[in-house]
Amino acid sequence: MSAGGSIMENRARQRSIIVAFFIICMIILAGRLVFLQLINKEYKITASNNVLRYEIIYPSRGLIYDRNGNTMVENQFAYDILITPRELVSFDTTAFCSIFNLDRERLEQMLEEVHSRRRTIGYQSVIFLRQVSNQEYTRFLEKSYKFQGFSVQTRSVRSYPSEICGNLPGYIIEADQSFLDSNPEYRPGDYIGRTGLEEFYEKWLRGEKGYSIFLRDVHNRIKSSYEDGAYDKTAVPGKDMVTTIDLDLQRFGEELMRNKVGSVVALDPSNGEVLTLITSTGLSSQYLTNFGSYYPQVIADPLKPLFNRAIMSAYPPGSVFKLVNGLIGLQEGVLKPETRYSCKMGYHAGSLTVGCHSHPSPINLVQSVMMSCNAYYCNVLRSILDNPAYGSIGESMNKWQEYVKSFGFGTRLGIDIPGELSGSLPGTALYDKIYGAGRWRSLTVISLSIGQGEIGATPLQLANLAAIMANRGHYYTPHLVREIREEPSFSPRVERHQVMVAPENFEVIVEGMYQAVNAPAGSGATARLAAIPDVVLCGKTGTAQNPHGEDNSVFICFAPKDDPKIAVAVYIEQGGFGASQAAPVASLLVEKYLTGEIHPSRQWLYERTLEQDLLTRHLQ
Amino acid sequence: MIRKEDKLVKKLDWWTIATYIVLVLIGWISVFSAVYDPEHGQIFDTTQRYGMQMIWILGGWFLAAVVILIPARVYPLLSNMIYVIGLLLLLAVLVFGVERGGSNSWLVFGPVHFQPAEMTKVFVAIGLAGVMSRPHFNLRSWRGIMQVTALILIPAGLILLEKETGLALVLFAFIIVLYREGLPGWIPVTGIVGIVLFLLSIVWDPQYVLWLCLGICFLIALLLAPGKMTVIITLGSFTALWFLVPLVLKWLSIDLFASMERYQWFLLLAAPLVLTLAIVAFRKRIAYLKTLLLCFVSSIVLIFSVGYLFNNILKPHQQARIETLLGIDKDIYGSGYNVHQSKVAIGSGGFAGKGFLQGTQTKYNFVPEQSTDFIFCSIGEEWGFLGACLVIFLYTFLLIRIVRIAERQRHPFGRIYGYGVASCIFIHVFINIGMTIGVTPVIGITLPFISYGGSSLWTFTLLLFILLKMDASND
Repeated sequence: MSAGGSIMENRARQRSIIVAFFIICMIILAGRLVFLQLINKEYKITASNNVLRYEIIYPSRGLIYDRNGNTMVENQFAYDILITPRELVSFDTTAFCSIFNLDRERLEQMLEEVHSRRRTIGYQSVIFLRQVSNQEYTRFLEKSYKFQGFSVQTRSVRSYPSEICGNLPGYIIEADQSFLDSNPEYRPGDYIGRTGLEEFYEKWLRGEKGYSIFLRDVHNRIKSSYEDGAYDKTAVPGKDMVTTIDLDLQRFGEELMRNKVGSVVALDPSNGEVLTLITSTGLSSQYLTNFGSYYPQVIADPLKPLFNRAIMSAYPPGSVFKLVNGLIGLQEGVLKPETRYSCKMGYHAGSLTVGCHSHPSPINLVQSVMMSCNAYYCNVLRSILDNPAYGSIGESMNKWQEYVKSFGFGTRLGIDIPGELSGSLPGTALYDKIYGAGRWRSLTVISLSIGQGEIGATPLQLANLAAIMANRGHYYTPHLVREIREEPSFSPRVERHQVMVAPENFEVIVEGMYQAVNAPAGSGATARLAAIPDVVLCGKTGTAQNPHGEDNSVFICFAPKDDPKIAVAVYIEQGGFGASQAAPVASLLVEKYLTGEIHPSRQWLYERTLEQDLLTRHLQ
Repeated sequence: MIRKEDKLVKKLDWWTIATYIVLVLIGWISVFSAVYDPEHGQIFDTTQRYGMQMIWILGGWFLAAVVILIPARVYPLLSNMIYVIGLLLLLAVLVFGVERGGSNSWLVFGPVHFQPAEMTKVFVAIGLAGVMSRPHFNLRSWRGIMQVTALILIPAGLILLEKETGLALVLFAFIIVLYREGLPGWIPVTGIVGIVLFLLSIVWDPQYVLWLCLGICFLIALLLAPGKMTVIITLGSFTALWFLVPLVLKWLSIDLFASMERYQWFLLLAAPLVLTLAIVAFRKRIAYLKTLLLCFVSSIVLIFSVGYLFNNILKPHQQARIETLLGIDKDIYGSGYNVHQSKVAIGSGGFAGKGFLQGTQTKYNFVPEQSTDFIFCSIGEEWGFLGACLVIFLYTFLLIRIVRIAERQRHPFGRIYGYGVASCIFIHVFINIGMTIGVTPVIGITLPFISYGGSSLWTFTLLLFILLKMDASND
């Protein structure tokens, strides 16, 4: 029994310990209440109706500079009119409407909407009018005493010192719900970069929000800073960015591309820096500042300004692609510089004919590039694909595809703006799918020889081809940002890519490009219009068939021939012959970049290019 | 017949019932003032939460009356069945459950929305009482411990699957019952110390937690050690070294803390001390010193493994999720907003409060969940320190009363069940009030009898009145 007794005693002790534990925990709570409600001043608010008011301080976004230190994108103030429903009293609606050019009905509708949300808004303020103009803001300030319950919030928005193609920087827009769901660090009402550099470099550009906390009384008068700002958080501005763009050249190019649909890309072949990136017709930068309000208009535009043709459009490259086939032929040993083929107004094999223009015949490799002979490259492609060194056409086709891929076609080059597409590059798999394995021959795919058919390339990939020609066999990842200030750890992700064709095979093709521009009159050279006094330009024209209308005009070039400084691709939709539209744009751009001006002997070409209006062809 | 009913009414514990009624009415008034809308100024308006709360209260009283009429002996008889039905309900939720407010723990029968997870407390309390009151049950045997652990962990796991983390954690309060029934004291103590250290090592700088551990070990050593002076000298010289060495080095223009964190210096200094003491403890076979050193070292290991896991292994968004879960985010505009606003509301109440319906913080959605999880804000703001302390006092009184009732039960079933009721009410009150004033992590559980909502109110009513009925027929 004594053992049982001790257990009972023990249990009684446990009961006391449990009760003591309960009491101690409750005393801890009460003690904390003493601290919170009686001692600590932090939570003490003297007037009974005081509440804290948070004012968000939006950081200024990082600025964007061009390669020469000119500002491309900067910030300016914008003013939002806020409403605090709890403090709203009846006001002079006529005066309010006249300040902001609103009509009565619209205002009533907006007030009704705010009224219906007043419970969830509570004591907070919400945006009533977004981005009012400077004049409206000053007019409102003069009379603000009349409008109790309305206040102004200053926010910084983007502005563009010189008008540029807005697709390059991208735009800023209020984050939508789907974005907020996947990015919990953002809050409703935050602005985010969309498309272009603003999206790709959002992490660096956006900075960090801050806030200040104020005490205010029932009349919404701010009484003082809460705890002398001990809980305030200062905003951290976004990082400034130096791009590789040459702003003057970009603007010059945009001027040349006015009223034309297409794209211009210029690269520095020695390092992959993008000098200009133009899509036309693009997004005018004047829409960007308050993009939300222009959005419906932009979406409805038949010329699709949001579509960045330079990186998203897969065009048939046309004759500029002959360069690639020529290089592959040389590397494979099935083509020699002295190989001659004849051309009788085209290439004829049975019932199949690939047409060509009239030029002397037969011709060698250099002449074939200079005159852009179709028949010559039909022969070249056939000799590549029917090369007995490979067991079947399937194998030789795959080899060909591998070669072309090493030039950056059919893959994303990895430029630092979102939305880049890979274009299309066919191979054995595709043709087996279309025609069935073993049921197609080199003649079936003969259009590839002249850059037609299943191949599609973006203007960026064409500019990259120009850079490969300039470098005689290698290229660097094209990129737009050179430096992020105060972020020394940042460096652009640039890789050197070697193509599968040996550098020595390039010389003869480059010679052809040189002749195409600089051969004497009457020699059959296709791009004599592109010749620039005192600058040795090498180029290749292209005229790509377009099922939707007139042919597309293509030109790629680089200059100077030795130690090239710039490589350019110009693609103009429905521009007709490569020589007539694209070549002048490209050569004027190169001339401007290398000499800083347009030679008097070429002023007529400059003026003619400016006057060209091809938009009517698109709007039919 | 009349005499028997008379006897029953007389035997009910009216102190407890009175406390219950007062708490429920305080709840109704608080809900009214928390979601007060001048356009619906009637407290009986059933389009508003306060009108609905009145209906829940009346329903709860009806439920209480029914429980009083059911014979008390059904609970020990049917305890296994009741527990199994509870589990089946939880399973049913997982299959047929409806998502509501982020957790899919609701069963819907027409207009009735019902949360079995809340009810689990009743099932577990009865099931546990049933198993533990069997004549041959032994809590100190492996079999006993396994049985009890399974009884608690299975429903907790099911509730976790329903994403009601808070309600799952509540079930761990039953450890109080186990302690009362003979579980060795060091188990709950280790558990509590572990949880506190875990939370502190996330919230605080490691060196503060280290000093806290050292301080506690020092106090314990002071109580147990025969040579008090030795203890004081040891700690004194440790502290002196900790301060003086960096000072001297600084005088020699060497900045010690340039190359190491303060806590690293602490550990560097503590290592030889612990080693020496360990040698002494083993040589001279000093048992308490061995235990103390073991506790100290394992605390340090816990602190640093939590810290390492948290800072190095977890990704930032996972850290943020844990911080939000525990309500320890310092960003008062971000996820710390709730707790900050709640503290401002309670703090601004002062000594006597702002008065009925005069609170500003709890209205207009400054404090979220103001009528359910954060209802205590409304009390703290409008009734001040006096009102808040009254509520805490009422709960303490209720808890002591329940323990008293539990202890006077003849049959162990009633006692164990009674402690179950006390544990549930205690953990809900402590965590709920604690989170509104920043003492405990923000775990979304209700304030018993006061928070808005039928599930919570009816669950606690059921818990309490089953005990009262057992007490009344305790003979």
